[in-house]
Amino acid sequence: MSTLLALEGVRAGYGQTRALHGVSMSVGEGDIVALLGANGAGKTTTLRAVTGGVRWEGSIHFAGRSLSRMSTESVVRLGIAHVPEGRGIITQLTVDENLRLGAYLRRDRQGVRADYERVFDYFPILRERRELSAGALSGGEQQMLALARALLMRPRLLLLDEPSLGLAPLVVRSLFEIIRTINEKEGVAVLLVEQNARIALELSSHAYVLEVGRVAVEGPSAQLKEEESVRRSYLGY
Amino acid sequence: MQDFLQQVVSGIATGGIFASLALALVLIYNAMGLVNFAQGEMAMLATFTALSLIQRGVDYWIALPVTLVLAFVGGVVIQRVVIRPVERAPVLTLVIVTLGLATLINGLAGFLFGYVPRSFPSPFSVQTVSILGAFASYQDLGVIVVSAIVLVLMYVLLQRTPIGLAMRAAAHQPEASRLLGIRVSWMLALGWGLASAVGAVSGIMAAPALLLEPNMMQTVIIYAFAAAVLGGIESPLGAVLGGLIVGVTVNLAGAYVPGVGGDLQLAVAFAIIIAVLVLKPNGLMGRGSVRRA
Repeated sequence: MSTLLALEGVRAGYGQTRALHGVSMSVGEGDIVALLGANGAGKTTTLRAVTGGVRWEGSIHFAGRSLSRMSTESVVRLGIAHVPEGRGIITQLTVDENLRLGAYLRRDRQGVRADYERVFDYFPILRERRELSAGALSGGEQQMLALARALLMRPRLLLLDEPSLGLAPLVVRSLFEIIRTINEKEGVAVLLVEQNARIALELSSHAYVLEVGRVAVEGPSAQLKEEESVRRSYLGY
Repeated sequence: MQDFLQQVVSGIATGGIFASLALALVLIYNAMGLVNFAQGEMAMLATFTALSLIQRGVDYWIALPVTLVLAFVGGVVIQRVVIRPVERAPVLTLVIVTLGLATLINGLAGFLFGYVPRSFPSPFSVQTVSILGAFASYQDLGVIVVSAIVLVLMYVLLQRTPIGLAMRAAAHQPEASRLLGIRVSWMLALGWGLASAVGAVSGIMAAPALLLEPNMMQTVIIYAFAAAVLGGIESPLGAVLGGLIVGVTVNLAGAYVPGVGGDLQLAVAFAIIIAVLVLKPNGLMGRGSVRRA
């Protein structure tokens, strides 16, 4: 499978503090890759480096193109949808307005209309809540909205930052089911940052574990799941 | 009663002028949490531009849209050249920058056009027409219609078009908007352009009655501040409502409260600002900010 996203020796930080000390990883076309690790390991920073939310050095390529010195807006236009920490919902706008912003860059009206229907098939609740203020949604509904909006961008790669955060286990289950379906049906590659290692390893085919800004372990998810030592020392279950 | 109605109609006309300038203030406040103290001076410069066009023989109804386009471009340029370099600076810095901008534009206008008040043509006659027993001047009605058209256009642009939606998103949550591919910095520039154009309308509508000179908008902007604060500084609809209320109140106070008239009318505007800030700081339609301790 060809590589869609490749990071090599990426270093990044905020002011004086370095958060990443040379991270290398890759996501193949249509893959689901999990990025695991404790709080402060650099998971979120890795995603932010990809979409230009933090200054970085090293090399990041998407579909063969270097993302060096590109603005967030330009990276996103290449086909990367990033659902950030805290979901990035614009709570002052309605659900429908948020969804329309997902299709902001698209010019194919008919395609957008069809995608709306598809997205509502995945998340029927959003159809009911369409006219509501997005701030009035529950946490799970907001996460669905964030995912739905990202899908309307028709991305080749989806960056998800802790989609399970603050959600009830049952809601997390169904959300991850949908992520799997989206990946299978639409061929969208997913780079998934998660605290919940167990469920992330189930979903992904490959996983990286970060520890203080470095890749500590990597390998096929099935394998990491089985290795007692990895589980104990890095994944905490 | 007739006299009262007349004062109300003329108050609504004045209110339309305040509302346009207040809306300009709100547009920029929403985009960057900043009161643009140069808004009035920008409107004044635009009005001089319109006058120059008209004096060169351009028809009023062509000069008006041309001026608005020029004001829009001017607003965008000011944002790109003056504001953008200090975009991330503390609010106080930005406030000083807009104050400096106000002084600069005021001086520039004085240098270019002089300080002698000039009459500004109005396309509407000063004759009156009787509506439901009250007399309203065509001048007032014209101002009301033009302001209403501009405000409705702004509403449609902001609420009903993709670009308006993107502008609102960028104003509310710049980081999340960037991740959706919205060029936030350009949305800010667009906001400045629109504010400048809307403000220009208020200047051009105010000029026939006030006479055009570099300091013309300095009282108008205080009424506009009152209107924006009354409406809730972040609500465009509130700004319009606030403008109308301030316009009518000031007019009625001038007519019926002994001693209030002429310069003292401005005191009414200050009284409104103080009353709102004391009694209902979020204004009529503001959401108010909730902060966690």
